[in-house]
Amino acid sequence: MRYLAAQSVAEATGALAAEAGVTRILSGGTDVLVQLKAGMVEPDLIVDVKKLPGMREIRAEAGGFRVGAAVAGAELGEHAAFCAAWPGVAEGFQLIGSTQVQGRATMAGNLCNASPAADSVPALVAGGVVARIAGPGGERDLPVADIPAGPGKTNLKKGEFITSFFFPARAMGASDAYLRFIPRTEMDIAVSSAAVNLTIGADGKVSAAEVALGAVAPTVVRVPAAAKAIIGTKLDDAALAAMAKACEAACNPIDDKRGTIAFRTHTAGVLACRAARIAHERAGGKA
Amino acid sequence: MAFDEYQKREFKQVGTRPNRPDGVDKVTGRAMYGADMTLPGMLIGRILRSPHAHAKIKSIDASAALALKGVKAVVTGDDFARPEDDFLRDVQENCMARGKALYDGHAVAAVAAIDAATAKAALKLIKVEYEILPHVTDVDAAMKAGAPIVQEGRTLENVPAGMSGNVTSHSEFGHGDPAAGFAKADKVVERSFKTAATHQGYIEPHAAVASVTTDGKADLWCCTQGHFFVRTLCAGMMGMEASQLRVTPSEIGGGFGGKTTVFIEPVALMLSRKAGRPVKVVMTRDEVFRATGPTVSTSIDVKIGMTKDGRITAGEAYLRYSGGAFPCGTIDMGGQAAFAAYDLEHVRTYGWNVLTNRPKEAAYRAPGAPQAIYAVESVVDELCLALKLDPLDVRLKNAAKKGTKSSYGPTFPDIGLVATLEAAKKHPHYTAPLAEGQARGLSCGFWFNFGGNTCVSLNVNTDGTVGITEGNPDIGGSRASVSLMAAEELGIPYEQIRTIVADTNSLGYNDVTDGSRVTFAVGLATIKAARDAVRKMCLRAAKIWDIDEEAVEWKDGAAVPAGPNAGRFPPMTLAEIAADSFATGGPIAGHHEVNVDGAGVSFGVHLVDVEVDRDTGATKVLRYTIFQDAGKAVHPDYVEGQMQGGAVQGIGWALNEEYIYGRDGRLQNAGFLDYRIPVASDLPPIETVILEIPNPGHPYGVRGVGETPIVPPLAAISNAVSRAIGTRMCELPMSPPRILKAIGTTA
Amino acid sequence: MKKLHVSTTVNGDPAEFVCTPDESLLDALRNRLGLTGAKEGCGTGDCGACSVTVNGRLVCSCLVLAAEAEGAEIATIEGMAEQDRLHPLQRAFIDHAALQCGVCTPGILVAAKSLLAKNPEPTDEEVRYWLAGNLCRCTGYDKIIRAVQSAAAEMRGA
Repeated sequence: MRYLAAQSVAEATGALAAEAGVTRILSGGTDVLVQLKAGMVEPDLIVDVKKLPGMREIRAEAGGFRVGAAVAGAELGEHAAFCAAWPGVAEGFQLIGSTQVQGRATMAGNLCNASPAADSVPALVAGGVVARIAGPGGERDLPVADIPAGPGKTNLKKGEFITSFFFPARAMGASDAYLRFIPRTEMDIAVSSAAVNLTIGADGKVSAAEVALGAVAPTVVRVPAAAKAIIGTKLDDAALAAMAKACEAACNPIDDKRGTIAFRTHTAGVLACRAARIAHERAGGKA
Repeated sequence: MAFDEYQKREFKQVGTRPNRPDGVDKVTGRAMYGADMTLPGMLIGRILRSPHAHAKIKSIDASAALALKGVKAVVTGDDFARPEDDFLRDVQENCMARGKALYDGHAVAAVAAIDAATAKAALKLIKVEYEILPHVTDVDAAMKAGAPIVQEGRTLENVPAGMSGNVTSHSEFGHGDPAAGFAKADKVVERSFKTAATHQGYIEPHAAVASVTTDGKADLWCCTQGHFFVRTLCAGMMGMEASQLRVTPSEIGGGFGGKTTVFIEPVALMLSRKAGRPVKVVMTRDEVFRATGPTVSTSIDVKIGMTKDGRITAGEAYLRYSGGAFPCGTIDMGGQAAFAAYDLEHVRTYGWNVLTNRPKEAAYRAPGAPQAIYAVESVVDELCLALKLDPLDVRLKNAAKKGTKSSYGPTFPDIGLVATLEAAKKHPHYTAPLAEGQARGLSCGFWFNFGGNTCVSLNVNTDGTVGITEGNPDIGGSRASVSLMAAEELGIPYEQIRTIVADTNSLGYNDVTDGSRVTFAVGLATIKAARDAVRKMCLRAAKIWDIDEEAVEWKDGAAVPAGPNAGRFPPMTLAEIAADSFATGGPIAGHHEVNVDGAGVSFGVHLVDVEVDRDTGATKVLRYTIFQDAGKAVHPDYVEGQMQGGAVQGIGWALNEEYIYGRDGRLQNAGFLDYRIPVASDLPPIETVILEIPNPGHPYGVRGVGETPIVPPLAAISNAVSRAIGTRMCELPMSPPRILKAIGTTA
Repeated sequence: MKKLHVSTTVNGDPAEFVCTPDESLLDALRNRLGLTGAKEGCGTGDCGACSVTVNGRLVCSCLVLAAEAEGAEIATIEGMAEQDRLHPLQRAFIDHAALQCGVCTPGILVAAKSLLAKNPEPTDEEVRYWLAGNLCRCTGYDKIIRAVQSAAAEMRGA
C-alpha cells in the first residue's frame, strides 16, 4: 500500500486514475481505517485529500454556502451561520459517531461510504444539495441524491472524488430537521431515519417540502408522496398521518441485527412526522 | 480470641475514603496493562479462527505460512498434549480446537512472526480444510430431539434418559412440596422467559507476553483476574512444573469474571517455546467477542403462588442454561440463587445445562444469578399487580432473614435483606411522583459471595512503614481497601503502607479474584497477617522491656505494657520497634495463609423509574437508586463504584446487550458498535445507599459487594417497562423492536 | 510495505518515527514512540480509549493514519501533567474515585480536557454526551461526571 498526501487536485485525480489496483480516498478516515483494520479492504493506494485547496473551507457562494468535502463534523458545527441556515444538515452530520469521530468524519466520506444508514445523507438529499466532483476529465456537479448506487456503491467513476458541496440560498421561512432512531442515545448506526426540508409560505402553510428516509432501502430514498402530504397544510394531524403512511409505503428495508422490517417501516413514519414538526417550528411555522 | 469472627469496634480508618495507591499511575498513562509490556526480541503472535459455527477440521496445512519470511512458529491443537482431566482438556480445547471447530471464532492455529503485518499475512497462508456440520445456537433448539450434537458423550449420569445429547448436567434444589403450596394460593402465575448471552465487555482486550527458555523455564505476563490459576492451567497444558512457570499479572483493564480463565496464554507460551523467543499475543475486539466471555443464554419457566394478602405459598423454576460448546456448571448457581431472597415453605428449582455452538461460557459477575432472579422477580411483580399489592410490602412479607432455611439449603445467619427493603421503602425515590408514560420497577438481588485460598505477607520496614504483598489482581480498588485494613489493625497511617500484587513465585496460592471474595478474604488474611506482625512486635517490646510477652498489648500503633506492668514503660511505637529490629532478632514480618470460609451473603434492592416511547419502543432510564448490604464498607467510594458499575452492566443487559447469531451460526455483532454497552448519555446519576449489617464471618464484618449489583437491574427494569406499557415483558434484552411488538404497534 | 518517515510534535516535543503506510497513529504512538498511555480497546473508533488530540482536535488515534501526523501537533495523556503537577482533571479523578480498572481513564481525561477547553461550564448532560464515545465498563459513569464537574469548577475558579 502507498500513501499519498496530494498537494493538488490534478495530482490526486492523476494518481487515482493511474493506479491499476484498489484505491481509497482518505478525508476523515473514520470508515477507511475501520475497513483496513478489519481486512475488508486492502488498498494499493490511499490518497489523502485533506490538504487540497478549499477542501476544509466553508464559504458563502451565490447566497448559499460551499462546504469543502473534508470539513469535519465538529468544524461545520462551529459555523454559526451555516447551522442557522441548515440546522437539519448540521445535526445529521454531527450525529455520526462520537465527539472523537466528529473531529475527523466528513460528509463526503459518509456519502461515498454509501451506507443506506448514513446520517448526513438524508438531509443533503432533502436539501437538494449538489456535490462538486473532481476527476481526470475535470469537474462536474451532481446532486447528492444521485451519488449512492446501492449499499457500498456510488456512481463516481474511477479517479473521481468529491471536492465540495453547494447549499443553495435559503428562502424566507425555510428550514430543515433530521432525526434518526438508535437504541442508545449515541454511538449507534441509524436503524431508521428521516430528514424533512420545508418552506412556509406567506399564508402560513407549507409551500414546499422534501422528505428523505434513511436505512429503509438500499439507498437513502426521497419520498415525494410524503412531501405532497404536507404541502399546502399547517401540519395538522391528518396531514402528518398521511405523511407517515406515505413514508411507510416508501420503505423497503431489511431484517438485520439492528432492526426488523416492521420496526424500521413504522419508525420511519414516526420520525418523519417528528422531523416535520421540528423543521416547521424552525421555519417559524405555527401549528 | 477467635480472630475470624466479627467483633464490634470503632473504626479509625476503615470507612474513610483515601486516594487509591495506583491512582497517579492510572491518570498519567503510566500504569502497565496487558498490551503495554514489551520484551527484547519479542515476536507478535496472531490466531486463526474458525469462520464456521460447527465444522470438522479435516486438515491444517501451514507450510506456506512457515515459508513466509519473518514467520518463526506455527501452533495448532496437535502441539498440546491431551490432558486427562476433563476440565483442563475443555479449557485447552477452547484455547485451540482439536478435530472440530465448535463455534464461530474458535481458534484453530496460531503464528508468531517478526511483526504484526507479517503475522497477519501468515494467517492467510494457513490452509484449513473444513467439513461443515449442522449447528445449533439456541438453547431450546439444542434440547430438542434431532438437534445437532455439539460434543458427543458429555452427558453426566444425573441427566434423565431420553433428553438430547446436548444436555450435559441436571441439578435440583429446594425443599417442601410445591404442589401442596400452589393449592393454597389465591393466584398462581406461570411464565416463560428468555435471556440473551451477554459479554463482560471489559475495555481491555486479553493480552499476554510469554517467554519460554530452552532450559524449560518460562515467564508469562498477562492481564488476568487470577495468575495462580493461570499458572495451574498453563503448566498443565504445557507439561511444566509449577515452579518453572512464573506468572506476573499486569494491571487489568476490567474483567468482571471474563478474565478468570485462559484463552491466549497457553498459545503464547507454546509459540514462544517453538520459536525460542518471547511472543506477545493481543486479541482484537472482534476476537474478544467471538472467542471469550459471554455469560450463559437461558430459557426459564417460573411458577409462583401467592395468597391475596401477599404471602408466597410456593415457587418453582425450570432453568435451561447454555454455557456454549462445553459443559458448564453455572446452572447450579442459577438454581440455588433463584429464590434466595424469599423465606419459603415450598420451593424447588430444576436446572439443565445445554451445549450449543457458542463460545465457552466464562464467569460474568454473579454467574447464573441475574437470569434466574430476573424470572422470579418478574413473576412476583406480576402477582403484585394482579393482586393489587405494594411490591415492597410483598417482598418484606416474604423476605429471607436470620434463621430462614434458604432455598438452596443453608440456614441464613445475620443477613441484610430486610434492612435494604426497609431503606428502599423510606427513601424519597419510592414515593416520588411519576408522570404519564413513566413507571417504577424494583427487584431484589442476591449473591453468595466467595472466600477461598488466600495468602498475604506483611513486611515491617525499619523506618516504620509497611509493605504488603498479596496475590489477587486489583480490579476495583482492592489495594486501597487492603491498605486500609492493615492501617486499621496496625494503627499506622494509610499513607505509610504500600500494597502490591505479586507474581506466582512470591506467595502461596491465591484463588482467582472472583465471587466478590477479595475485600473479604484478602482483607481477612491481611488483618491476620497484621496481627501476626503485631504479636511479633509485642514480643520484641517484651524483650526490650524484659517483661513477660503475655504482658504486652498493642494499642493505637504501639506496644504497651499491660497487666502487672501497666504504666511501667511508655508505649513503644511500631516505628521504634522497627528501628530496633535488627538488634532484637532481625526483620519483622507477618503473614497468613488460609482457605477462608464464612463469606456472608449479600442482598440488594434496586429502584428504577423509566419512560417508554410508545411510538419507537425506546426506554429511557430516568432515576436509579441502589440499596445494598456491604457488611462493612471498607472504602465507601469503591463500594459505591461496584454498586454503580454493576447496576449499569445490568441496565445494558436489560435493554440492549445481546449476542446475535445469524442463520449461519456466526456472531453478527462482534464489536462495540453493535454490541451496545451503555454510554454515558444513556444514564441518569446512579444513587447508592450502603447498609452495613456485619458479616459474622469477618473480623470487621465485611461482605463482598461486587456481584450483587448486577442482579436486580434485569427485573427492576423489566418490571418498570412492563408497568409502563401495560404488558409483561418476558425476554431480554428489551430492545426497541421487542417493545414495539409487545405493545402491538408492529406485528 | 515500504516504510514512511514521519516528523511530528508530540506533547510539545519533536518526535520522529518510521511507519508502514497503513499503520494507525495509535500503533505508532504505542509501538514506535513507546507512549502506551493511549489504549486500544476496539481499534474501530467505538470506545475512545485511544483518544488524543491532533492539532487541538479530539480524535480516536486508531482512526488516524500515522502518516497523517507529519507536521501535526499531537497531545496525549503523557503530556497532561505539567512536570510534577497533575492537571486538575487528573487530581479530580483520583479524589472522586472516578476510575476502577483505569484502562479507559487516559482517553476520558484527554476527552474531558478537550471539552473544558471548549465549554468551561458544561451541564451534566453536556458532559455525558461529549463523553458518549468513551466507554467505561466499571464505574457506570456517575463518579466520572462528578469528577469532571469538580475539575471544571476548580478550573473556572483558578
